[in-house]
Amino acid sequence: MSILINKDTKAIVQGITGKAATFHTKQMLAYGTKIVAGVTPGKAGQTVEGVPVFNTVKDAVDATGATASVIYVPARFAADSIMEAIDAELDLVVCITEHIPVEDMVKVRRYMEGKKTRLVGPNCPGVLTSDEAKLGIIPGYIHRKGHVGVISRSGTLTYEATFQLTNAGIGQTTAIGIGGDPVKGTDFIDALQLFKDDPETLAVLMIGEIGGTAEEDAARWIKENMPNKPVAAFIAGRQAPPGKRMGHAGAIISGGKGTAADKIKALNAVGIEVADTVAHIGDTVVETLKRAGIYEKCHTC
Amino acid sequence: MNVHEYQSKAILKSFGVAVPNGSPAFSVDEAVENAKKMFDAGSKVVVVKAQIHAGGRGKAGGVKLAKSLDEVKTYAAELLGKILVTHQTGAEGKKVNRLLIEEGSNIKKEYYLSFVIDRSTARAVMMGSAEGGVEIEKVAAETPEKIFKEVIDPAVGLMPFQAQRMAYAIGFPAAAIRKASALMMKLYAAFVAKDCSLAEINPLVVTQEDDVIALDAKLNFDDSALFRHPEIEELRDETEEDPKERRAAKAGLSYVNLGGNVACMVNGAGLAMATVDIIKFYGGEPANFLDVGGDSTPEKIAEAFQIMLDGGQAKGIYVNIFGGINKCDLVSEGIIEAAKIISTDGKSLPVPVVVRLEGTNVERGRQILQDSPIANVIMAKTMESGAEEIVRLVKEGNQ
Repeated sequence: MSILINKDTKAIVQGITGKAATFHTKQMLAYGTKIVAGVTPGKAGQTVEGVPVFNTVKDAVDATGATASVIYVPARFAADSIMEAIDAELDLVVCITEHIPVEDMVKVRRYMEGKKTRLVGPNCPGVLTSDEAKLGIIPGYIHRKGHVGVISRSGTLTYEATFQLTNAGIGQTTAIGIGGDPVKGTDFIDALQLFKDDPETLAVLMIGEIGGTAEEDAARWIKENMPNKPVAAFIAGRQAPPGKRMGHAGAIISGGKGTAADKIKALNAVGIEVADTVAHIGDTVVETLKRAGIYEKCHTC
Repeated sequence: MNVHEYQSKAILKSFGVAVPNGSPAFSVDEAVENAKKMFDAGSKVVVVKAQIHAGGRGKAGGVKLAKSLDEVKTYAAELLGKILVTHQTGAEGKKVNRLLIEEGSNIKKEYYLSFVIDRSTARAVMMGSAEGGVEIEKVAAETPEKIFKEVIDPAVGLMPFQAQRMAYAIGFPAAAIRKASALMMKLYAAFVAKDCSLAEINPLVVTQEDDVIALDAKLNFDDSALFRHPEIEELRDETEEDPKERRAAKAGLSYVNLGGNVACMVNGAGLAMATVDIIKFYGGEPANFLDVGGDSTPEKIAEAFQIMLDGGQAKGIYVNIFGGINKCDLVSEGIIEAAKIISTDGKSLPVPVVVRLEGTNVERGRQILQDSPIANVIMAKTMESGAEEIVRLVKEGNQ
């Protein structure tokens, strides 16, 4: 078991003929992902890395029975691509694209209401289920099969944390990059709910950052809903000055809200240990697992 | 992106929002000229307002009421070129280069009104309060019950009943309800049409004549949407921005100046924030946040180094790279090429550079740096030891 994707998930790549998408299509295939089709308007009939290209998502889904999509479309067209995938009734849409206008994402979220599709991202590294499949740009070789779920707002920090876990012998079920934008498809609580329902996942690592109050909300949710799966955390941006956007569109302290100190306090208040520096994320997870008495079970690699 | 108050007001005026008559002035003469027209037209009071990208100008002495042309002249001369320190500028303050000369209003009561994007509902929210003219953060913290909200469905936009409900909730006088709700509708139209991330009117006032006027105006724009708003991009005032941040933006680097002397260059925004934090954790003063991205050319890395070193700010640089998709050996080659561009003899860098590499092709990347003839480049064994080392080297260098 795992969440969101596994070795049987059939996925399409929107914007497959772009340079980055082509590169990552090759990587996803090499990891074992079932990439069954690509979509680029006007390019139907071509193939990319052996994958057939269609003009529309509907054509691609009708021909292949795909249930998931990963989007590498440029920012100004990406919201439309997400809605096209939602319209085709896919179960999962992962949007890698950065710099989508916030107002476009507000419309996307409205369009999603009452529909079955789950969106991950935008502005995220994607989703990876260890040894099975990956959608996005997460490097596969750092992951090992195991029992810890990883949720993160940041790409490189996800890799860094996963690398530390693997080095400590702690394998992962699924890593999910929820993205650095203020308006997105999946937030911490949504991802936590998925891990809660996954019997393979025994513990969760949460990597947050400044901006918004999703980490505080997650802390409350964990206390009320997930008492049996231990959580460890890291929060980036302790030194971020108020009012400054730190790289990610959503990483900004505004109106006194969204500081790292508030997030760490909220997490600590419900018994979640937060790593003091980025270099100690792996150690913090190990300590958390040991305290919960599941370290041996989670020591899988 | 931020713009000045007078620019925000011009935009709002074009959407039919009532704002005081006024025009910008870049010199004392221009200020007097603008004010003369207002006095001639019957104004009793003219307001001289410093234009900087920060709130709290009134309290800091940046807003003056003038009853004569002489007073306008005195105030304009005093404000232009002055460094204004407000609770939003930081201790170093901001230099006033522009003024807004505006007709005075007969204020009866002040209110607060704004539109923002709410992350949790993924919708625009209108916020209003009868506590106008004061810091809204303070109101939110101390008396949150005095702030009213209307969540807006993007499919239909702000509806008139919501605007009226807000006008009643925050206590507009009966004679001003329709004007207030009409202003809210127009402000929302501007917020959406211009891809604002914030539209804030503080204070929104009712005058003795029961007119509803945006006495102040602050618009922030979504950087990701500027591609469809060249007219907003044109309003950018580069003198308001940190010169290093400006230069970095032009080079396609994500950079924030933090004022210290231990610089860092990192791939990925999250890891970059975390690297700033770990420098501070080990007792260093972070100079900057810098996300160099995944596909960096030697030229881009060289530009990043030059920005960090410019003005003698960086006394040491910590390069923290996790090669995921991008490869460590290419980053190493980039650093060496960058060093050649920066250094005069191609063999040395002006400050110590500690490099921590991990991930794809890490062995080759380390080897390239070890074999390089460039002095002052030190390989870190771990991220932790690298952070400790750069902080120590900078402290030693300062002694």
